[in-house]
Amino acid sequence: MTATVLAAEAAGRVSAGEAWAFWILGALAVVGALGMVLARNAVHSALWLVVTMLCLGFFYVINAAPFLGAVQIIVYTGAIMMLFLFVLMLVGRDASDSLIETLRGQRVVAVLLGLGFAGLVATGLGRALDGTTAVGLTEANAPGNVQAIAGLLFSRYVLAFEITSALLITAAVGAMVLAHVERGKEDRSDQVERMRQRFAPGSYPAPKAGPGVYANTMSVAVPARLPDGSQSERSISKILPQRELTAPEAAPKGTEK
Amino acid sequence: MILAEDPTLQTFENDVWWIVLIKLLGVFVVLLLLTLFTINYERKVVARMAVRPGPNQVGPKGWLQSLTDGVKLPFKEEIIPKTADKVVYFIAPVISAMCAFTAFAVIPFGPVVTMFGQRTALQLTDVPVSVLIVLACASIGIYGIVLAGWASGSTYPLLGGLRSSAQMISYEVAMGLSFVAVFMTAGSMSTSEIVKAQAGGDPQEIFGMEVTAPSWYAVLLLPSFVIYCISAVGETNRAPFDLPEAESELVGGFHTEYSSFKFALFFLAEYINMITVSAICTTLFLGGWRAPAPITTIWAGANSGYWPLMWWLVKVLILLFGFIWLRATLPRLRYDQFMRFGWKVLIPVNLVWILFLAGVRVINDEASRGTRIILIVGIATVVLLIALLWPSAKKAPQLSVEEQIQARPQGSFPVPPLDLQVPPSPRARRAVAERAPATVGGDSRGDEPADKEV
Repeated sequence: MTATVLAAEAAGRVSAGEAWAFWILGALAVVGALGMVLARNAVHSALWLVVTMLCLGFFYVINAAPFLGAVQIIVYTGAIMMLFLFVLMLVGRDASDSLIETLRGQRVVAVLLGLGFAGLVATGLGRALDGTTAVGLTEANAPGNVQAIAGLLFSRYVLAFEITSALLITAAVGAMVLAHVERGKEDRSDQVERMRQRFAPGSYPAPKAGPGVYANTMSVAVPARLPDGSQSERSISKILPQRELTAPEAAPKGTEK
Repeated sequence: MILAEDPTLQTFENDVWWIVLIKLLGVFVVLLLLTLFTINYERKVVARMAVRPGPNQVGPKGWLQSLTDGVKLPFKEEIIPKTADKVVYFIAPVISAMCAFTAFAVIPFGPVVTMFGQRTALQLTDVPVSVLIVLACASIGIYGIVLAGWASGSTYPLLGGLRSSAQMISYEVAMGLSFVAVFMTAGSMSTSEIVKAQAGGDPQEIFGMEVTAPSWYAVLLLPSFVIYCISAVGETNRAPFDLPEAESELVGGFHTEYSSFKFALFFLAEYINMITVSAICTTLFLGGWRAPAPITTIWAGANSGYWPLMWWLVKVLILLFGFIWLRATLPRLRYDQFMRFGWKVLIPVNLVWILFLAGVRVINDEASRGTRIILIVGIATVVLLIALLWPSAKKAPQLSVEEQIQARPQGSFPVPPLDLQVPPSPRARRAVAERAPATVGGDSRGDEPADKEV
């Protein structure tokens, strides 16, 4: 927020609406950050981070950078956090934090390293911005917000921009190379091979009996009966638990008068 | 007749607070009414295409069916699964519906009009990056679907939610790229400015002739328009791209476990999204609220006052008809084909098209006339040479049926000989012979049952 404060000082005033928005959104952003650290469930953590990112997006808009705000919401909140969420959901919904520390003393080290990193960023920014005089938002946005950003991005910072994009592409290609498994032609099974496997001893070629066949119920949880009267366990899905109705469940519900 | 007055960003800053409130309410009501109408419209059109009556019981000709359905839905029993994550399960439909409504804030319905003595534009608000706001709303709206799928604590919704996140993010890239050409041509990202830029074509000089380029970007930027239309269908999860809620695979997709009012919110959001992408298409490619070209020459006042609302509505309804038509015509795509189409066709084509357009613009703006002609001829030659010298794929030799059978690997499924003569079944012959005397009237063919092909 250093730049904002400087710019506001340069403009000489902070309007009431801006102050209100700052205190509300700022508090919300901090709550989101704390929630992200403290939430037990990984998906909840990610959602708290989304709140913080949305607040940052609104901050950009309030500080006369509507393009940056929109891009923050589209790219970071909409795409990157969504990919995080994607992975977290695939990992499983019950994967909450375990309370057993596998690395001894990692909390203390993490706090120290975090503080060190914060100090590093703060001093770096402070030194970089020390001699900078704020020109004010009006001047910065003089040719139009989008045009001003485009002008800087494609002239003065074009090298940094291209290097960043090269870095990202390298990372993406690297991930693909690591994750991609080339399947040779010999690994693909043709129709003849699949047919052999199907009729091989130990595999049952005909379709499984449908659940509930020859039974007195249509429930999918009831095994089918084979022609000799025995129950075919392979006709019901393995994930369905076998259970008997308890006495209260089997008792009349009193709905029929 | 006064001519249409285009709003500028200043117009929106000058709006009084109660005018903004009235416009806000107006947008809300218009969206709700349009949703109720669209549901009926869709059901009636699909019914007509399937040669059946469709809803015809409630209200005049069945037009109040969706209203009664809408009233009924919140009063149904609400079932929340035991494994659901309660808070997220509750928030998800709210996010979905909220984002759908928010996106409509930047859609221009008409020019500056006089409303209760105030000059104001028929558009809730506009910012320099309003098209990006729509994209932002769309990308946040995906959270609604994904979280609904996750929070339900059930397999089908989770799969539906993951599919939709992958699908919508992929198609949002294609959609965003198709906007780039519009931004470059209009020179702005604000919706009202883009409508203004499509007001009239600017004359261009091509080989010494004055040619007026068509003003609608749908014609001028045809590739972008086509890509937008395809990705809009993918973005709204509509058939043939309705994989997140594929009934035959995922029961109901992400909203399988939702009922009552929460389901109503998803339903509402889906239809509003459909209306939003149609409205965006109207704004960006079909000239917005302005009347189509020949109308203004006959009727000068077509674009003034509240009349543009009608043109806007007509354009949106035609686009909605397109959505319904697709649903009634096309079968659902397979998921991997669908993703391949998005990433390997739509996005590369879009990038090449943007590059081409940027090149044309630079040539037009900066190069002198001689260089321009040299460049155009040079590019055309290069493209022609590439097209001519491109190595064509080797044609697979045409095998006859016998050769194909010979080529089959050992142990393949047995096929009957090609010249197989199937003798008529003796049972069928008997059946025909027995049936024949029952023929009443006409010539009796019971005498030659052997000729009967059964």
